[in-house]
Amino acid sequence: MGLIGTSVKRVEDKRFTTGQGRYTDDIKLPGMTYACFVRSPHAHAKINNIDTSAAADMPGVVKIFTGSDEGIAGFGVPCGWQVNFKNGDTMKEPPHPLLVADKARHMGDGVAMVIAESYAEAKDAAEAVVVDWEVLPAVTDAKAGAAAGAPLVHDDAPNNLAFDWALGNDKAEVDAAFDTAHHVTTLEYKNQRLVANAIEPRSAIGQYDTAYDKYTLYTSSQNPHLTRLLMCAFVLGIPEHKVRVVAPDVGGGFGSKIFHYIEEALVTVAAKAIGRPVKWTAERRESFLTDAHGRDHVTKAQMAFDKEGHILALRAKTYANMGAYLSTFAPAVPTYLHGTLLQGLYKTPLIHIDVDAVFTHTTPVDAYRGAGRPEATYLIERLLDTAALEMGMDPAELRFQNFIDPFDGVEEAGYQTQVALQYDSGNYHPVLEKALKMVGYDDFRAEQKAARENGKLLGIGFSTYIEACGIAPSAVVGALGARAGLFESAQVRVQPTGKVSVYTGSHSHGQGHETTFAQVVADKFGIPLEDVDIIHGDSDSVAFGMGTYGSRSLAVGGSAIVKSIEKVIEKGTKIAAHKLECAEADLEFAEGKWTVKGSDKSIAFGDVSLTAYVPHDYPEGLEPGLDFSSFYDPANFTYPFGAHIAIVEIDKETGKVDLKRFIAVDDVGNVINPMIVDGQIHGGVVQGIGQALHEGAVYDASGQLLNGTYMDYTMPRADDFPSFETDRTVTPCPHNPLGVKGAGEAGCIGSTPAVVNAVMDALSPYGIHDIQMPVTSEKVWNIING
Amino acid sequence: MKVQISVTVNGTNYQREVEPRMLLVHFLREELSLTGTHVGCDTSSCGACTVHLDGKALKSCTMLAVQANGKSITTIEGMATNGQLHPLQEGFHQEHGLQCGFCTPGMIMTAADLLANNSDPSEQEIREGLEGNFCRCTGYHNIVKSVQHAAKKMV
Repeated sequence: MGLIGTSVKRVEDKRFTTGQGRYTDDIKLPGMTYACFVRSPHAHAKINNIDTSAAADMPGVVKIFTGSDEGIAGFGVPCGWQVNFKNGDTMKEPPHPLLVADKARHMGDGVAMVIAESYAEAKDAAEAVVVDWEVLPAVTDAKAGAAAGAPLVHDDAPNNLAFDWALGNDKAEVDAAFDTAHHVTTLEYKNQRLVANAIEPRSAIGQYDTAYDKYTLYTSSQNPHLTRLLMCAFVLGIPEHKVRVVAPDVGGGFGSKIFHYIEEALVTVAAKAIGRPVKWTAERRESFLTDAHGRDHVTKAQMAFDKEGHILALRAKTYANMGAYLSTFAPAVPTYLHGTLLQGLYKTPLIHIDVDAVFTHTTPVDAYRGAGRPEATYLIERLLDTAALEMGMDPAELRFQNFIDPFDGVEEAGYQTQVALQYDSGNYHPVLEKALKMVGYDDFRAEQKAARENGKLLGIGFSTYIEACGIAPSAVVGALGARAGLFESAQVRVQPTGKVSVYTGSHSHGQGHETTFAQVVADKFGIPLEDVDIIHGDSDSVAFGMGTYGSRSLAVGGSAIVKSIEKVIEKGTKIAAHKLECAEADLEFAEGKWTVKGSDKSIAFGDVSLTAYVPHDYPEGLEPGLDFSSFYDPANFTYPFGAHIAIVEIDKETGKVDLKRFIAVDDVGNVINPMIVDGQIHGGVVQGIGQALHEGAVYDASGQLLNGTYMDYTMPRADDFPSFETDRTVTPCPHNPLGVKGAGEAGCIGSTPAVVNAVMDALSPYGIHDIQMPVTSEKVWNIING
Repeated sequence: MKVQISVTVNGTNYQREVEPRMLLVHFLREELSLTGTHVGCDTSSCGACTVHLDGKALKSCTMLAVQANGKSITTIEGMATNGQLHPLQEGFHQEHGLQCGFCTPGMIMTAADLLANNSDPSEQEIREGLEGNFCRCTGYHNIVKSVQHAAKKMV
């Protein structure tokens, strides 16, 4: 049917455009109660006493839980990734209690859960809970947290270190390259803390069915099966087969809904305790305080060059802010998703990265769109444009002469980096060449010269990035500290009439799996798209899943589907051969039918499936049915790459940065649905530019989050952007059956440094070499005005 | 003490007793089970709850249900007529103007008001017209195209 590679309109749209989407907060169960949390208003404070007596007498109150209650005391959410200290000591992993009873360690830490007949009554009563706080000094910055004498977040984590970590070549060898280099570029900056801000606030409903002794948890999660596994096996100790986790329509995730959160376990426990369903939905200010944040690295990075501009070495030291507790995947982010990407697209022969992971009195930090790879890309790409400026070289030319040569990963081996990874396939010159052509680079430099002569501040910025996604081989991530496998499962159930139900462990919260996956299935079977249904997000119907993050759905989840498709076709061939009275080898399967080669004898897909379920005339010894499950564990990560170019103009009077053009050329391997891939790039680009120009969580010295609402935190808006200019090259992934690499994070990884580089280019007449994100009008105005 | 109100929503009249502090958005979602109107923030910033009040776009978290007494409301559930999608609903589908779908109802309601006042808006006018509605998925690029698509259809 030729569905692969075409921009099929999304099958999921109708329910969303007509108001029929079913998000967790839309679900109303009989007898449902509502939970409101009492949360710490302090970043660091001892709890002397919690008095719930007045609250308990308030109208509508059903039950109040605190951290000292049986069933809650001693229980906490685990971390799913272990990174040990350089000296081999075990990672510091202090408990993350469901509700804190003794001490709060960040603003928003949960203290009590008030359950009432309505949310308004629960909220009224929560305000009547009296907590006797003893406020303690706090630390919010990672580097300050690691300094001697900083307030400790956990008594058993000296210097607030969760772990330290290093990767790359021998440090002395790297340092020696710097000592003899022609030029060294140095940047010191904060890759600021971001808040994911999915527009749907997190929500969870716990339900307990006494008759079946079975729990159901509805939750706005990217990862329902992992949530079930973590909650059952590592938090509550309840049998996994007695828990159903449903992640229905989910209104965006961007990483923040990967993790298992305390509220999910608490509504589950509470539902059984009170014998009624319990719903909790975050208010936006709770989302700001309790959704895992992203980024927050304090970094010093240096790049050494010879006089022709060849990169000789790269070294960096990063203080990574972990927040108050280790969130589910947090230790992996500054290490194996960041340090391992410092090769970029370049032949850099010597690389060394040092990371200190530091506890602070802030909201836990974990994966946020890109997760470590945007930080790595920012580090490399800012160094390159800065070096070009310092050395008087063209930033595009500097990149071209340092790019790794093309390799397809089939005829030529993958590229072994200095930082552990082996890139799958890459061809880096064409993405930048294409982007330069789209921007009209030579004309632009002439235009820029003229603009400068007229007193205008016009700048261009580059970023050529690589990412590692489609995570990943279980054995590899296991060796690196993951406490989970990272495969995916898929069941392809062909119904008797030839209609197909596909059960995938991936989860769609905007990515359009119901369309893209259906395209793959319909294409491979040669049946109409509408004959395929994609089912996801329910642990009772989908056998297992590892969820959606790290741009892994199509590369890993899609590959699992392909494996099941192949099994269906293989069995179908046996049935067809029997029915057509020929050898299997004489058959070919195409366009929805098996045909005897060189004849017009054929049997349709639906006739074979019907035979499989009505096996009257059937191959001897073959089981009935046409229904296959598969697990797919990839051979490697996938490595998308691309070139992003930004053009900005700065208003001298106000310091405002006007993004005039944004060009993105991305290579995400083969593309199943170009429309959806473009949409992923657009969204990622805006989040990346949001970091460059607008966003950033701000804590004061006492640990108060100063911009924890949409009145205060600058969200990117429609009128902050032009329309984008996107294109792609295609370098297929050599190790998965679809040749796909993943597109979910690319936009967010490449765009940030391109925009900051453009600002620096525009401001180059002022002789400055760096500016801190977000690049606000105030910062720019202060530079212009000395 | 609860207050009796009478509100017409999507052409149907509803009589309900509500708490005076109940927001219009909660009235629509909780009392009438019209869950297409979403709540994305506490500060009337995100626009996910946008509906039409007597034909004008309104963030339904900025109004109490009792203030809607005697008024006529249209929600996303009322935009299609006789099974025929509104041109904006069709436009968002055709131009991939939505991903997770959470902001979509509010976007469509705001865009409908925009087009009612300006049937041929420029790209910049569309962007400015939608700046009170947050989308975290699409980067707004295809939302602009969706509105342009609808504008052409509605001429």
